[in-house]
Amino acid sequence: MKYKAKEPFRFYTRLHLSELTGLRAATLGQLLKLIKEAPDSCIYHHTHRFLQQYQYLSCEPPNDFVYWVNEILGERGLGEKLLNIDTIQYSSISELREKIASTIEEHLRKNPLAVFKFSRNQEEFHFIKSISFIIPTDYLVYDLDGFKEILRKVTLDSVYFHVFEARLRLGEKTNDFSNWIDSSLGQKELADRISKLNPYTYTLEELRSKIISLVEENDILSI
Amino acid sequence: MTEIEEYIPIVGEPVVEDLKLLSRKLKGKVIQNINSTAVGGGVAEILTRMVPLLNALGIDARWDVIKGGEQFFEVTKKIHNALHGRYEEINRYDLDVFRETSRRNIEDMDICGDIVFVHDPQPIALIAKKTDNKWLWRCHVDVSNSYKGVWNFLKNYIVDYDSAVFSAPGFSRKLPIRQFLIPPSIDPLSDKNKELPQETIDSVLDKYGVPRDKPIITQISRFDRLKDPVGVIEAYLQVRKTCDCRLILAGGLAEDDPEGVEVFNEVKRKAKGSKDIHILLLPQSDIEVNALQRASSIIIQKSIREGFGLTVAEALWKAKPVVASNVGGISLQIKHKYSGLLCHSIKEAGLALRQFLENPDYAKKLGENGREHIRNNFLVTRHIRDYMLLFLSLYHNDSLVYL
Repeated sequence: MKYKAKEPFRFYTRLHLSELTGLRAATLGQLLKLIKEAPDSCIYHHTHRFLQQYQYLSCEPPNDFVYWVNEILGERGLGEKLLNIDTIQYSSISELREKIASTIEEHLRKNPLAVFKFSRNQEEFHFIKSISFIIPTDYLVYDLDGFKEILRKVTLDSVYFHVFEARLRLGEKTNDFSNWIDSSLGQKELADRISKLNPYTYTLEELRSKIISLVEENDILSI
Repeated sequence: MTEIEEYIPIVGEPVVEDLKLLSRKLKGKVIQNINSTAVGGGVAEILTRMVPLLNALGIDARWDVIKGGEQFFEVTKKIHNALHGRYEEINRYDLDVFRETSRRNIEDMDICGDIVFVHDPQPIALIAKKTDNKWLWRCHVDVSNSYKGVWNFLKNYIVDYDSAVFSAPGFSRKLPIRQFLIPPSIDPLSDKNKELPQETIDSVLDKYGVPRDKPIITQISRFDRLKDPVGVIEAYLQVRKTCDCRLILAGGLAEDDPEGVEVFNEVKRKAKGSKDIHILLLPQSDIEVNALQRASSIIIQKSIREGFGLTVAEALWKAKPVVASNVGGISLQIKHKYSGLLCHSIKEAGLALRQFLENPDYAKKLGENGREHIRNNFLVTRHIRDYMLLFLSLYHNDSLVYL
């Protein structure tokens, strides 16, 4: 049975520009201080940039903090702890910031010598803000067939916006796709299945394919 | 003329559609680019490519050039060197020359842009013509180690702009205006980066007498101490003890660098006695650079200082495994062990080269990752997108902008 939406779904795209803040850290102590002080848009940038810029990797390394701590400071133990922070569990940037900061704090408490490690010249951590531009595309869909077709077409920036940005930065409870499929199409089961995906464990292309395959499976089940 | 649609097979239709979507938001705005030369140099090269592409997207982008003169450009060359951290004696007379030429340009230059996009220090004083339009200063230079006096002299002008743009995070300085990060890009359709038939690659190797009997390691750079060509030979000699391979050091001599010939001779002396080291003095030929990069098994860029290091992007775009120093904008292009190997010394460079030679599958994987990284982040389509976002940012102050 084909469901027609009460409200159509408009695909948006999200493009970003990096704004330099002039804030830089050369030690773990400085990094910690700036993580606590930097604007949300900085924390967001450094925990999510990899997803968009390294689309060919399976989400590893997952964020700039992990990369810098591991590869520049050589603090593997802390790198591993930061790597294990499951971003999907945090519904706001401030919660995520708190978790990253407390993990570094704990590491510094247990390893006081770590405070003496410096990055080399030109390898400091530079705090960058993410400026997001959200633009409606011309794609408007009314049912799951149209949804699949357009989802195949849109940019990965669009997929990123509806899955990541909507939830973490705009404070939505779930991703935009699940929200529409549930509220406008009444397909709660499918909406839940998409909502339960951990998007941080896929590349954006894999995520797009996974969502399309869940919709296709749903088509078969509803015949 | 290159049409924007020609990039669709490379970046995909949706990316080009997004560019068109974005360009609609700038309809009616005149973007006036101003720099100091219409031909020669990196900025002119970028504008030659960008302005027609912006026009092809329906944006009214224009390009004007200030008038200079020998004395003025001698002074701006000194300013450029001092910004790069090289000692230059800049006296009061030099600054008077700068101010006087700037004054004439302020009088003569017709400012027509809703957004005036000023490139590098030479036209910086035009900011005196700011009215209610928007002004951007684009710094193409690494100013992270610049001489304080010169920086402060320029800063007096910069603070009157609406925003400034830098190519790498480390290049930015403390400023009271917004600063954006926009790295440069490569054009996949240009002679330097387009696909080449094998015959072309072979003919270039034949021309320079380079046999294809063993893996080739190549550094493409002008002969300049900051590119550390002697260090590259030392790293190669280290590798050569256990892995049979060739080394190509290829590049030109910059006209404005009197040290170039000296460095070239030094490199020749260092390579003397090894028939597997090829020192090539290249003419200005993008196809030859392209062919040498494509013929190589590994590309090395062992710079001591670097602006952005576009040769790294060029090599990665050709899916070549790259060993490079972690300086300037290179760290934006290479994430260690993900899209290449970074090094901090001759020894580390040698180890990285050996790692690639002994693990061809690993080298191939990092090369492929590198190509995708460049596709996503350092092609001209991304550069145009960032410029359009930059223009739009002038009208919005928030970190979330709904258009």
